[in-house]
Amino acid sequence: MTGLIEVIDGGLGNAIQDAGRFGYRHQGLAVSGFLDRPLADCANALAGNHPAAACIEMRGLGPTLAVRCGPLRVALAGNVAATILRANGSSQALPAWQSATLEDHDSLKVGAVAGGTAYLAISGGCAVPRQLGSRSTYQRTGIGGIDGHALQKGDSIPCSQSGKRDFRETRGEPLDHGDGPIRVMLGPQAAHFTDEAIETFLNTPYSATAEQDRMGLRLAGPALAHASPAAADIVSDGVMPGAIQVPANGLPIILLADCQTVGGYPKIATVISADLPRLAHCPPGSTIQFQSVDLAAARHALAELRQRWTDWARALQTFLPPGSLDEAALYGCNLISGMVDAGGFLRGTPPDLPWECS
Amino acid sequence: MSHLPTLLPLGDSAWTVEFGDRIDPALHARVMGLNVALHVARDAGDLAGIVDLVPTFRSLTVHYDPLAVDGQLLGTRLLQMAEAAGSTASEGRHWLLPVCCDADLAPDLERLAEAKGMEPAQVIALLTAATYRVYMIGFMPGFPYMGGLPPQLAMPRLANPRKVVPARSLAVTGEMCAVYPWESPGGWNLLGRTPVPLFEAAEETAPALLESGDQVRWRVVDRAEYEHIAGELAAGRLSRANFHIAGEAA
Repeated sequence: MTGLIEVIDGGLGNAIQDAGRFGYRHQGLAVSGFLDRPLADCANALAGNHPAAACIEMRGLGPTLAVRCGPLRVALAGNVAATILRANGSSQALPAWQSATLEDHDSLKVGAVAGGTAYLAISGGCAVPRQLGSRSTYQRTGIGGIDGHALQKGDSIPCSQSGKRDFRETRGEPLDHGDGPIRVMLGPQAAHFTDEAIETFLNTPYSATAEQDRMGLRLAGPALAHASPAAADIVSDGVMPGAIQVPANGLPIILLADCQTVGGYPKIATVISADLPRLAHCPPGSTIQFQSVDLAAARHALAELRQRWTDWARALQTFLPPGSLDEAALYGCNLISGMVDAGGFLRGTPPDLPWECS
Repeated sequence: MSHLPTLLPLGDSAWTVEFGDRIDPALHARVMGLNVALHVARDAGDLAGIVDLVPTFRSLTVHYDPLAVDGQLLGTRLLQMAEAAGSTASEGRHWLLPVCCDADLAPDLERLAEAKGMEPAQVIALLTAATYRVYMIGFMPGFPYMGGLPPQLAMPRLANPRKVVPARSLAVTGEMCAVYPWESPGGWNLLGRTPVPLFEAAEETAPALLESGDQVRWRVVDRAEYEHIAGELAAGRLSRANFHIAGEAA
């Protein structure tokens, strides 16, 4: 059944994304899509969606949404929390990493995202029309999402009602993104830099600056010398998210999801796929240390990340939020068999009561 | 002299096959030769996991799904194909696009003419006598980098780029010509404006008007015709295909 959400307050820096828009880069169109795909997949899994369903990527102050046609299941992933304002006037906190069900006239007020990127998934995914094969918002040219723009007051987001009336919600642990250096593969234009510059790049911590958006992240740190003044420019060639370009001033810029498809600055290195999601969480002043790896190691790291995500999803548990207990008693037999089937609730530690009623 | 292609890693999900380091029609023909070979192989189901093929002036970037493809094997294969592929015989599609060079649509025409010791009409005559080759689409969706601007018109970029270049502005710098598909900041010299949109998201298979390898000529129209064409396009009585001309025998 079709569900519907209305945006009461767009917040700041919130837009619909999915896995991205592939097949159009030769036409100059950015890939866009989730900055942190594994984290978005977490929100989707918690909300009962397929991985990569379109959800709301939040990079600043979260939106306030009202349910026009429910019930809907929602879930947050990342450093963010929300408040559910029930139609009866009560309110409940909704932390990240667990789902909740919203009824007609309930609303959800999402707070500020701490230091990076977070996702809000809604049951069925944000069912805005696909444009050029994707629902991802590319704001620079107004493509995808809701008329290509960030969420704003009055927007409607079609989605799906949550399925059979099931009082259990889902929760998981925060996803471990891994730590340590950001791994890169040198190239394609590492030869445009002096040996000392490569050495500096790999052995000196850089810091993220406030100059960052979905197109790129500018770093501060020691300037990297090009092999010659002429080496600071190239005849434009292909770029992609994760490519680290170094213009004449010697300061690296890491390209991100909304980056151009070609560029004229030499690229000293490219962040590997496994570590690219971590760049969505680099508040100004945070430290980035690079480490060079080869293709085999990059492939291994990606398999590892995938395994970590699979383990995370396997550990998801279902639980009964308070307030549904009375109803639960009525359907006790069914619920217990259902829980045994699901396997999660009975296996793990008993859920503490996650709801705070006010 | 013809260099052997080289394989450059662009992380763990793309390879750039490079044929040279400069802007040169012969290099670009080799890029397009490989592009054709890769499309043929892909259409035959022979290159699974390739997500994007991006030809540029002098190289071709192959984006792949690192979970579906062994990058090392793909790289080896790409290099073999690049060495085997010839320059493409295809000249791409031919376009004759209208441009209006009225002063308010061509804010740099007067200055460029003065710098070159010409009358604006001579600049326009040179501009429209040339055939332009689309080297690549980039910078923004649908933005064509076209070579072939007569060297007599070569000008550097503006020292102070404009904060706002109107959409569909014809622009030149060096020996390159381009059109800004969208309103954007920009530093190229603006010599006119076309009524034809360079990017239409509603065109699912090819939203960009031009593609790498296409040939473009300009036809000067007066303001009335410019407005007329814009109106007919908006009303759907003209489409981009109307500006597509049969290829001339080489």
